[in-house]
Amino acid sequence: MTAERIVFILTAIFLLASALKVVTSRMLMHAALWLVAALFGVAVLFAMLQASFLAVAQVVVYIGAIAILFIFTDMLTRKDLRDQGQQTRSNWWLPALLGLLLLVGLSSIILGIPGVDRTFTALPEGFDPVRSLGIALVSPDAYVLPFEVASVLLLAALVGAVYLAGVFKKD
Amino acid sequence: MSFTEFLNNPIGSLATWLTGLLSGWGLSNMLAVLLVTLVGITVLIVFAMVLDIMLVWVERKVVARFQDRLGPNRIGPFGLIQPFADIIKLVIKEDITPAGADKVIYNIAPVLAAASVIALWAILPLSSKIIGVDLNVGLLYLVATGALGTLAIIMAGWSSNNKYALVGAFRMVANMISYEIPMVIVLLIPTILANTMSIQGITQAQSGMWFAILSPLGFLIFFVCAIAELGRAPFDLMEAESELTAGFNVEYSGMKFGWFFASELLHAFTFGGFVALLFFGGYGGFFGLEKINGFGWLTNPFVEVVVFIAKAMFGYWAIMWVKYSMPRIRIDHMLAFNWKFLVPLSLVVLVTTAILNKVLIVLPAWQYTLGMFASNLVIASGTFEILRAAARKQRKIEKILVRP
Amino acid sequence: MSVPLSWYLFLAAALFCIGLYGVLARKNAIAMLLAVELMLNAVNINLVAFWRYLRPVQMSGQVFAVIVIAVAAAEVAVGLALIISVFRRRKTVMADEIDLMKW
Repeated sequence: MTAERIVFILTAIFLLASALKVVTSRMLMHAALWLVAALFGVAVLFAMLQASFLAVAQVVVYIGAIAILFIFTDMLTRKDLRDQGQQTRSNWWLPALLGLLLLVGLSSIILGIPGVDRTFTALPEGFDPVRSLGIALVSPDAYVLPFEVASVLLLAALVGAVYLAGVFKKD
Repeated sequence: MSFTEFLNNPIGSLATWLTGLLSGWGLSNMLAVLLVTLVGITVLIVFAMVLDIMLVWVERKVVARFQDRLGPNRIGPFGLIQPFADIIKLVIKEDITPAGADKVIYNIAPVLAAASVIALWAILPLSSKIIGVDLNVGLLYLVATGALGTLAIIMAGWSSNNKYALVGAFRMVANMISYEIPMVIVLLIPTILANTMSIQGITQAQSGMWFAILSPLGFLIFFVCAIAELGRAPFDLMEAESELTAGFNVEYSGMKFGWFFASELLHAFTFGGFVALLFFGGYGGFFGLEKINGFGWLTNPFVEVVVFIAKAMFGYWAIMWVKYSMPRIRIDHMLAFNWKFLVPLSLVVLVTTAILNKVLIVLPAWQYTLGMFASNLVIASGTFEILRAAARKQRKIEKILVRP
Repeated sequence: MSVPLSWYLFLAAALFCIGLYGVLARKNAIAMLLAVELMLNAVNINLVAFWRYLRPVQMSGQVFAVIVIAVAAAEVAVGLALIISVFRRRKTVMADEIDLMKW
C-alpha cells in the first residue's frame, strides 16, 4: 500500500459519498453544494493523473461557474428553499436497479480489457503536458477546428441562454 | 549544515537537515519527508496568520492617517498590541447561530473563506528559494482559489437565513464572476511576455524589465480587477453598510466574523503581493543590478524576502489608498464598467501585446521596451478619445431630454 | 507501485451509475441536470486516465476532456435557462408536472 494508493482510496470514498449525497439530498441547495465537493474530488483525481491544467480548469469552470449557476437557478425557481416531501419518483427502485445492473455490466467489461492492471510510467524527460496541450489545441494539424467550434458553441449557448431566460419588455 | 548554506537557502537546508535528523531516529524516508512537509505547511500558515494580525494594525493605522486621526495608540508602543486585544475581544464574544440557519454550511463558510486565501500562499514565492510549490499552471490556480472564495461568500449569505445577507452575497457573486473575465484576460499578458504560467518563471523573466513598464495598461486592469475581486471600495457592494447593514456576514459574530475579516485583510495583502510578482518583478526585478560586481548580495534569500514584503506592502497600501478615498459605485455602473469598458479594453491590450511581442522581440531590448510602452500609450489615448465622444453624445441626448 | 488503471475505470463507472440513477429517479429538473454533470465528469475521468496510462505523449485525451468541459458549460447554461423559462410559465420545475406540449 503506497501513499498514492491511500490518497486514491480516500479521494474515491469522498467522491462517491458526495455523488451519492448529490442524488439523494432532499434539499436541492445541499445537492448543489455536494456536487461542488464531488467535482473537487474529480479535480484531485486529475491532479493525481498529472493533468494539472485540467485539475485547475475543473475548479475554475465547474466550481467557479457551473456550481454557482446551479445555486442561482435553485434560488430563482422556488419561494421556499427548504424542499419538503419526496424528491424522487415513486418508482425510484427501477432506476436504482438499472444503475446497479449497468455497474455490474461495466465492471465485467473493465475486467475483460487486456492490460487493465497496468500502472503508469513516468512522463518522458522534458515533456510538459501543459505546453503540449496548448500546442495541440491551436495547431492546425491537431485540434484547432474542434477547439474553434467549441468556442462558437459556447457563444451560441450564451446568446441562447440570455434569450431563453431574459425578460424582454415590448414597448 | 554550515552557516553559509543556511544563508543561501534557509528553508531548503533546514528541511534537508530535519529530514536527515528524523531518518536518524529510525523513521522511514517517506514518513520523514511527509512530516517535514507538514511542518513546512504549518510554518507557512502560521507566518501568514501572524502577518495577518499585524495587517489589522497596519490597516487601522493607515485608515486613521487618511482620515486625519491617530488610530490605535493606547496599548503598546504605537498601539502595536491592539490587534491582540481585538482578537481576545472576538474570542470571548457570544457565538450566535441564527434560528433557521443551515448550521453546517453556516459554520463551514468562514473556514472556506480563510482557506481560499491561505491556499494562495502555496504558490506565493517569498524569494527564489522560499516557495511552497512552483505550479506550471500558477496563474490559473490564482483564479481557481478566487472561485472558492466566491463559493464561501454565497454559502455564508444563503445559510444565514437573512435577506440582507443573501442580497449581499448575490451582489458579491455578480461582482466576482464578471470581474474574473478581464482578470483572466490580462493574466494572459504576463503569460505571453514570460512564456510561462508559473509564478516563479514570470518573476524571473522580469529580472531585466518589469512587466508594468512593458504593459502598464495590463497592470492597471489587473489592479482594478483585483480590487473588485477583493470586494473592497469602490466595489464593496456586498457590504454596503448603508443599504445592507453589513452584507453577507451580517449574522456572523465573534471569531467567525473574525475569520471573514482576517481573510479579507490577508487577501488584500496577498493580491498586493501578486501585483508585485506579476508586474513589478516580485522579490527580484533589479534591472540587472544584481549582476554588477558588489551587488551580488541582492540575490540573497533574506534580502529577497524583505524586497518582496516591501513591494507587497506598497501594493496593499495602494489598495487601501483607493478604498479610503473613493465612494461606492452603483451596481449597474459597476457591471457596465466591467462589460462595456474593461472587457473590450483588456481584449485590445491582449491582442496588441501578443502581436507586438512577436514582432518586436527581434529588436534590441531598449527598442522593444519603448515599442511596448508606446503601444500602450496609443491604446490609452484612443480609449480616452472614444470615452470622450461617448460622453459628448450622452450629454447631447440628456440635453434634448431635459429641454425638448 | 502506483494506482492501476482499473481503479480509475471502476471509480468512473460507479460515478456514472450514480449519475444515471439521479437523472432517472429525481423529480426536480435542476437535480436531473446536477446528475448529468456527474455523468459527464465520470467520462472525463476515463478520458484523462486513458490519456495518462496509454498515450501520455499524445494529447488527444486531454483535448477531449477540455471540449467536454466546454460542452458541459454550454449545456448547463442553456438547460438552466430553459428551466427558468419553464418556471416562469408553469410555476414549477418538477419534471412530472411539466407534461403538456402546449398551454
